[in-house]
Amino acid sequence: MLIKIVNALLAVLGGVAGAVVLFYLLNKFAEILPSRWEERLKPYLFLLPAFAAIALYLIYPTIQTLVYSFANAASTQFVGFKNYSDLLTSSAFQNTLFNTLLWIIVVPAGTIVLGLMIASLADRLRPSGEKFAKTLIFLPLAIGAVGAGAIWKFIYAANPPTQHQIGLLNGIVTGFGGNPVNWLQLSSGRLNSFLLMVMLLWAQAGFAMVLLSAAIKGVPTDTLEAARLDGASEGAIFFRIVIPQIRTTLVTVFITVLIGVLKTFDIVYVMTNGNFNTNVVAVDFYNQLFTNSNAGYAAAIVVMLMIVIIPVMVYQVRQFRAEEVAR
Amino acid sequence: MTSSGTVATPVDVGEETPYVGAKAGRGRKHDPGAKSPVWVRIVLAIICLLWIIPTFGLAVTSFRNQDAATNSGWWTSLSPSHITQFTLQNYGDIFQKASMGEAFVNSLAISVPATIIPILIAAFAAYAFTFMSFPGRDILLILIVALLVVPTQVALVPLLKIYGQLGISGTFLAIWLAHIGFGMSLAVYLIRNYMATLPKEVIESAKIDGASHFQTFWRLIVPMSTPALASFAIFQFLWVWNDLLNALIFIGPGPNQPLTVALVSLLGQQGQGWQLLTAGGLFTMILPIIVFLSLQRYFVRGLTAGSVKG
Repeated sequence: MLIKIVNALLAVLGGVAGAVVLFYLLNKFAEILPSRWEERLKPYLFLLPAFAAIALYLIYPTIQTLVYSFANAASTQFVGFKNYSDLLTSSAFQNTLFNTLLWIIVVPAGTIVLGLMIASLADRLRPSGEKFAKTLIFLPLAIGAVGAGAIWKFIYAANPPTQHQIGLLNGIVTGFGGNPVNWLQLSSGRLNSFLLMVMLLWAQAGFAMVLLSAAIKGVPTDTLEAARLDGASEGAIFFRIVIPQIRTTLVTVFITVLIGVLKTFDIVYVMTNGNFNTNVVAVDFYNQLFTNSNAGYAAAIVVMLMIVIIPVMVYQVRQFRAEEVAR
Repeated sequence: MTSSGTVATPVDVGEETPYVGAKAGRGRKHDPGAKSPVWVRIVLAIICLLWIIPTFGLAVTSFRNQDAATNSGWWTSLSPSHITQFTLQNYGDIFQKASMGEAFVNSLAISVPATIIPILIAAFAAYAFTFMSFPGRDILLILIVALLVVPTQVALVPLLKIYGQLGISGTFLAIWLAHIGFGMSLAVYLIRNYMATLPKEVIESAKIDGASHFQTFWRLIVPMSTPALASFAIFQFLWVWNDLLNALIFIGPGPNQPLTVALVSLLGQQGQGWQLLTAGGLFTMILPIIVFLSLQRYFVRGLTAGSVKG
């Protein structure tokens, strides 16, 4: 154990010192160049490590993944569009796509509604109460999905009817005289998928709440006062004045949650591993890669994921350019 | 966040903004000193209860003995007559039977460099983007913005093959490099947006005084950018600490496994007893919760600024 700690410390120091030395050397290198070259080259030297990391870990692998998606399971031979056609025609993968679509429809919208509701309610509390409530609701963000898995096992767990229940939900059901339900295996109406979505809502509502709350506080008071003087109801003020003014933040939250949902892996992996009809693309990707050792299918799945994300990317870039012009 | 890949939060870090429970009472529609309507307080109290009960159940179970934890619901233990079932045994067991202590050290050894190194690298890049002009700057910056939303899964298959050839799978180096690469675009983006709000005159006068870019960076820009660096640091630390996908792929179960991987194997073997899972779960959460609560102000400031401006 002691050796372990010493090793870890050395690793930490070595890694950090290595990065510092790297920049020192890059800078020294620029300084020995003739000064005209130094000025020209320095920006690129400062950017070099960042772009090396991005090129090596995102850009090159993305291209390689695209190539693998047209190759067989062991990436030894090209098979054309076979991976795509196999996946898209298999009913299991169609199911997975349908589940992912449900997540996309429910979770981002649900997160925003919950976040807005909590933010606008908490805004009416006294500051100490507001801080307490918000911290409590924000906290699951720090816990992470694996921790959330451990926590929610004690909500959804099911024991046979002859035993005592240790899952809270079944505790309530049996308390009212009902029979225990195996929640996570209950795929009719995709109930189990919705129960997993509840976990993500629980984890992310605080994130939406914090962003939206700050946006709501930023709405100029005079517009609200004017509406109030004109006799507008609180509801009308909220939907006609507050909502339009926080539109940008709403879109930001929506996109962030949407991207998160597309990549959702941990919650489903930990709770059901995609069984009982709860599979989503990111879990399917993992299982194709490891359980089935099929790099071709795995690559094809993420390429499809990437295609879905491209419109979001275009929107992001446009938004960024507009902001830069305004800066 | 809950899924793999860095959270692509298209916000920038700007001027001081309200954080959780902000004191921003000025100009609010409701007088902050006044009592809020009863129904508001009741609804919020219910929401708070719903939010905390799941975690509370885990915390209670982690102190129950094996027999009690596997044979009855945690809520039954709340009556005073059940006081005898409470024990610290589970916390001893997770170190002896599940090697959670080792996993904790591993998690630290993974998270600390995977947080500090990208910040350093990104800060240099952000400096170049903000204070130096060079051909190709705008294109490169747009590339960073575009990459914010790329799911890191697209990189995993080829990386796994490369790591296999290099023989570094399962090492700390393998996962550090992955987290540095995956977190880089968000880091550069957040830090650059903050630096862009710093007064340009400071840099100009430093230049006139004969300071090199290297000196200006360390002596002026890094100290002035602390809020942005801190907010990304918390983001990245929480993300790396809680990451499961990359840990499974690049490290996997074994002597170098972090807490998330150790906890997942506990989740898989419920036969061993629920009480170990709960103690392990709570133990995994302690550090991120402390980091989060003590640095919340920076975290939220980083999240909110910018996105609220627009």
